[in-house]
Amino acid sequence: MARWSKQKRKQALGTTLFSGYYGLFLIFIYGPMIAMFILSFQGRRGGTSFPMRGSSFYWWQKLVEPSVVGDMQGALLRSLILALIVMVITALFSTMLAMAFRKRFFGSNVLFYTVMSGLMVPGILLSLGLATLLREVGIPAAWWSSGLGVHVVWTLPFGFLVMMAVFNRFDVSLEEAARDMGADEWTVFKEITFPLILPGIVAAGLFGFTLSYDEFARTTLLAGEFNTLPLDINASMTQRIRPTLFALGTASTIFSLLMIGLFLVIYSILYRRTH
Amino acid sequence: MGQVTSSNHPGLVGVQPEPTEQALPNASSRRQRVEGFPVSWLVAPSVLWLLIFLVIPLISIFVFSLWTSTGYGLEPGFNIGNYGEYFSSEGFFDPEHRNFLKLSVFIRTLGSTFAYTLEVMVLCLLTGYPIAYFLARRVTSFKWQMALFMVCMVPFWTSYLIRAVAWLPMLGRRGLLNSLLLSLGLVDKPVDFLLYSEFGYTTALTQLYVVLSVGPIFFSLAKIDTDIIEAARDMGATAFQIFREIILPLSLPGVAIGMIFIFVMLMGEFATAVVVFGGKTSTVGTVILNYYAIANYPFAAVNAIMLMLAMMLGVVIILRLVNIRKEL
Repeated sequence: MARWSKQKRKQALGTTLFSGYYGLFLIFIYGPMIAMFILSFQGRRGGTSFPMRGSSFYWWQKLVEPSVVGDMQGALLRSLILALIVMVITALFSTMLAMAFRKRFFGSNVLFYTVMSGLMVPGILLSLGLATLLREVGIPAAWWSSGLGVHVVWTLPFGFLVMMAVFNRFDVSLEEAARDMGADEWTVFKEITFPLILPGIVAAGLFGFTLSYDEFARTTLLAGEFNTLPLDINASMTQRIRPTLFALGTASTIFSLLMIGLFLVIYSILYRRTH
Repeated sequence: MGQVTSSNHPGLVGVQPEPTEQALPNASSRRQRVEGFPVSWLVAPSVLWLLIFLVIPLISIFVFSLWTSTGYGLEPGFNIGNYGEYFSSEGFFDPEHRNFLKLSVFIRTLGSTFAYTLEVMVLCLLTGYPIAYFLARRVTSFKWQMALFMVCMVPFWTSYLIRAVAWLPMLGRRGLLNSLLLSLGLVDKPVDFLLYSEFGYTTALTQLYVVLSVGPIFFSLAKIDTDIIEAARDMGATAFQIFREIILPLSLPGVAIGMIFIFVMLMGEFATAVVVFGGKTSTVGTVILNYYAIANYPFAAVNAIMLMLAMMLGVVIILRLVNIRKEL
């Protein structure tokens, strides 16, 4: 009895220590962002570090005003459109791929590793290869063509893994039953498969949207004439860093968080409806 | 008969009645019927896409690494000399100067990129493993487990660049860390070694990439059957023994996946070096970008190829150490 309680006490102590460490870890990964958030409300005369010299919305106002350097609003719009297209293509392609992988087929191993290498090849290599190639062929790079291309290469493996996991737990008998009752493939997909895998598709779309919206390395040499938002942020760092950058960073992060929240809400609603 | 048992129909598991003469043709016709959409249609768009935007660009890097630079563009050729240059040159600042006793500047850059990568990998593992362990083995409620895990993963879905920028107000001379050190009385005046230094660089990289180690390790830890641990405990194993003999070996595949992921990303890293290290160090990534900027495409390509080789070597070594096959 005494030994049992001793073990329990040890367990409790361990859990407390781990919880404390988890708290420190959260400070480590969120602390800098919170500091940036606070500093974006820096007073008009304040700089990019603490202490705060008063507080104001001055830097946030500068964000929405049209400025001489950079084209923040345009960059944001382009990033959004790009992220939406990448989201749709990622969801579509990864669903199709995962459906193909339910059966073994010729070359499935090669294809699997090729899809996965999209996750392994550093963005700088893809950027360099495609940018040089386009230069030689004489096609100009643009965010909606070459940029879109490499973004999907990056997001596809994530969506693919999500959809593979979905189909691993998928109950085939429902589809079999529909087929036995004479439904054609398209009807089976529309009536049975699609509603069941819809939460997974939303999750794949989340990866597509957020990873594309924030992608920097892969677009570096491939955005062409017009910048996406991460490229714009990077360009603004070559000038003197001002709190506007923090306001921009905060706004972009808050937007990302809202999107993640939105996806999670949609996901849980759909998940509850199908289970 | 064989056809029926090899069918993956879940209803056919276990003892089955012998198929009658009538059942057999039925079963074989069922197997011949193509179920689901044709594979070729399902994979065609992705295959095409990956070919254009992944495979061909990578092959063309190799091809371009053998071409000749004309100063503003490329000339087709088979110029092995680019590689010779890579191994002997002191960089484009002084192309005439050659010193074969000294490692070339590019090899040294690759080496330092690798050294930083290794350092940050170890830091990520040491920081991330306890978090994954806590979430997977100590948090008992599934709901809480998922919630706390999501909180750790959210930064992965936010901008990497902005998270790097966010380190500036933390590390600077008048940054938060310095104020903290001052107010604790640990130093009398602000220290300089935080920002634009190795310390700041590795700290920021660890923060940027640590979530990538938490995820895979969490999943492999969560899969461990609690019964095994209970059994070991009943047989009198200490907590440390349980960790060393059961938990650690079973979590290694997750560790390997996380480490491969972090390894390849860090090797291709270039933005953080500029933002947090003030461009004081070159990574292979910044070298590639520099050569691209001065339109020496073959040499950028040579650096890219060497980076790719180094990465493959690293991944092979990790895979040799840990068998991740079971995990996939």
